[in-house]
Amino acid sequence: MSEYLVLCSILFSLGAFGVLYRRNILVMFMSIELMLNSVNLLMVYFSALHNDQSGQVFVFFIMAVAAAEITIGLAILVMIFRHLGSINIDSLKKLKW
Amino acid sequence: MMEFVWLIPALPLLGFLILSLFNKYIPKAASGYIASGMLLGSFLIVLNLLFSAIGGNLKPTVVIVFDWINVGDLNLALSFQLDNLSVWFMSIITGVGFLIHMYSISYMHDDEGVTRYFSYLNLFVFSMLLLVMGSNYVVMFTGWEGVGLCSYLLIGFWFKNQAYNDAAKKAFIMNRIGDLGFLLGMLLIYHQFKTLEYSQVFDQALKIINPNEQSGIMIAITLLLFIGAMGKSAQIPLYTWLPDAMAGPTPVSALIHAATMVTAGIYMIARSNVLYSMAPCTLDFIYIIGTSTAILAALIGLTQTDIKKVLAYSTVSQLGFMFMAIGLGGYSAGVFHVTTHAFFKALLFLGAGSVIHAMGGEQDIRKMGGLMKKLPITFVTFIIATLAIAGIPPLAGFFSKDAILALAFEASPVKWGLGVFAALLTTFYMFRMLYLTFFGEFRGTTHQKEHLHESPLLMTIPLMVLAFLTVVSGFIEIPHVFVHDGSNWFSHYLAGANIALPEASHISASTEFMLMGTALVLVVLVILITYVLYVSKKTLPASSESEMSFLDKLSYNKFYVDELYDAVVVKPIALLSDFNSNIIEKQFIDRIVNLSGRSIQWSGKTIRYIQSGDVNTYAIFMVVGIVVILFLNLVL
Repeated sequence: MSEYLVLCSILFSLGAFGVLYRRNILVMFMSIELMLNSVNLLMVYFSALHNDQSGQVFVFFIMAVAAAEITIGLAILVMIFRHLGSINIDSLKKLKW
Repeated sequence: MMEFVWLIPALPLLGFLILSLFNKYIPKAASGYIASGMLLGSFLIVLNLLFSAIGGNLKPTVVIVFDWINVGDLNLALSFQLDNLSVWFMSIITGVGFLIHMYSISYMHDDEGVTRYFSYLNLFVFSMLLLVMGSNYVVMFTGWEGVGLCSYLLIGFWFKNQAYNDAAKKAFIMNRIGDLGFLLGMLLIYHQFKTLEYSQVFDQALKIINPNEQSGIMIAITLLLFIGAMGKSAQIPLYTWLPDAMAGPTPVSALIHAATMVTAGIYMIARSNVLYSMAPCTLDFIYIIGTSTAILAALIGLTQTDIKKVLAYSTVSQLGFMFMAIGLGGYSAGVFHVTTHAFFKALLFLGAGSVIHAMGGEQDIRKMGGLMKKLPITFVTFIIATLAIAGIPPLAGFFSKDAILALAFEASPVKWGLGVFAALLTTFYMFRMLYLTFFGEFRGTTHQKEHLHESPLLMTIPLMVLAFLTVVSGFIEIPHVFVHDGSNWFSHYLAGANIALPEASHISASTEFMLMGTALVLVVLVILITYVLYVSKKTLPASSESEMSFLDKLSYNKFYVDELYDAVVVKPIALLSDFNSNIIEKQFIDRIVNLSGRSIQWSGKTIRYIQSGDVNTYAIFMVVGIVVILFLNLVL
């Protein structure tokens, strides 16, 4: 059964690398979503493993909250685009020493 | 009666609280009456006690007000000792205090800080009462510190003048030195006897200590307590603050620095007479200090030109006289001199205040003269006090000084000679001042001359009352040679407060009359000499130092004692402070502090570049950090 664990780890690492390497904020969001859902998947797996339904219910809640969250993120993204004319993360470097 | 005892100190305290808390809401003219009213209340209660004490109906009583300190085996109560001695002092404090409050109402009426002035005066009376009423050394010490504080506040009353502030600080610091001795003495008493209540301490001392052999611990205790007395009662080497204390308003000099506070040392020793009698060494030491103070201060007094300075040195000298008496074992003679001195010295100071008032603030006797006609009441009362301090019978000073001189003669004729010498010096400078102030021609400006006037009734009534007391108070201790029955009433009175009666003198009546006669003739001679010098020949003290002879200069400059202290104590301490400030502080401490600050600054400046503003970099740091933590968790 440990293949689920391996799958989740791979998905999570893919997400993490996506966040680290991509410069497009939209793609970074998607990568974050991937990390989140890999963890969700892990939760479902453990819920099945322990024969406990609450884990699966919990995942629905997380997805609902994450959807709301990402809406805010997208709204901010739209504002950034309107302001700077770009969604490249490198254009957001003003907050430094 | 005893239920109301706590009111005696409480009333002045209440006055202090009212005047200081509602300072702004109390009309200036009313504050003096509030303060005096409070004191009058205390005085009436004290008077009641005094009458029962005089009637012999006052058993020594301890009145406990409340439990104060309960730690381990130390149980202290705020309690009052009522016996003939403390009631006597309470009467002087509240009586003379009330007169001086009254006088102050008029003397201070146009001062802007008059409410503050009266609140301090009331606080002073409260502390002084605490000092004499306490039934253990801690309560006494509380009052002791309280009067020191009030003295400081009142010397520096006109705080806009830096010289006055310096005088106040000097008084406070000198007193602190003495207070340290007192505190150490108190701790030693506690260490030795495990109690600080007078009655228990004295009982234990009588039980533990063998009176026939010298006991080191008793000598240490009594010497340490005497150091406290040196500070408070202005004895060598701690006397230099008292002349400077004249910076305060004149009624303050009269009340605190002549009549009451400075006699606290005498009270303390008289109260602890049981301990002192066990340490003859200390008594000899007290005698030496007292005598040298009496003579030194009198020598300085000879050439002073400030009317208040002359009186200040006279006070120091008279205090020396009291310690002389105590050193000879004459506790009751010492307290007797305290009493008469309180009356005539308060009178002299208030008279001087009246003169200064009339002269518009002038204190230099070289610029006075001929005030006799313009200030008749002041003149008459002043001359009574001067005659009293010189020891002319039947005024009070004669009896008290004679009691001390008789004691001295019994010890040795040399001691008598020294006492008479000091008394003659006193006579000289007092009459010099009297003649320069009231006789001859007026030497001030014409403006001052037009302004001259007798003081208002509120000021002259206290003068008259004190003059009356100066005349009669000597009769409480008539020497045995004059009357057969009822002689030495005061010594018998004090015997009720555990002060042993002096042994019957074994000088024959004829010797005693001869001694009195000799002293008297010498005093009169000195009065005549000063009359010739300052009235007939109209000698004036030199107006500048260069005209003075060497000895005059020495005395005028107070034997350079202040300069000596400056060189021996103040300068080295200042030098050490400079060293600490410039080397230790600036080179070591400051550098360490600056180093830590600078290293933080440097590291901040260097490390801040990590904050690049690049989100990816942060994310990498975060991921690397988590990986490291996980790795460490797995491996370790």
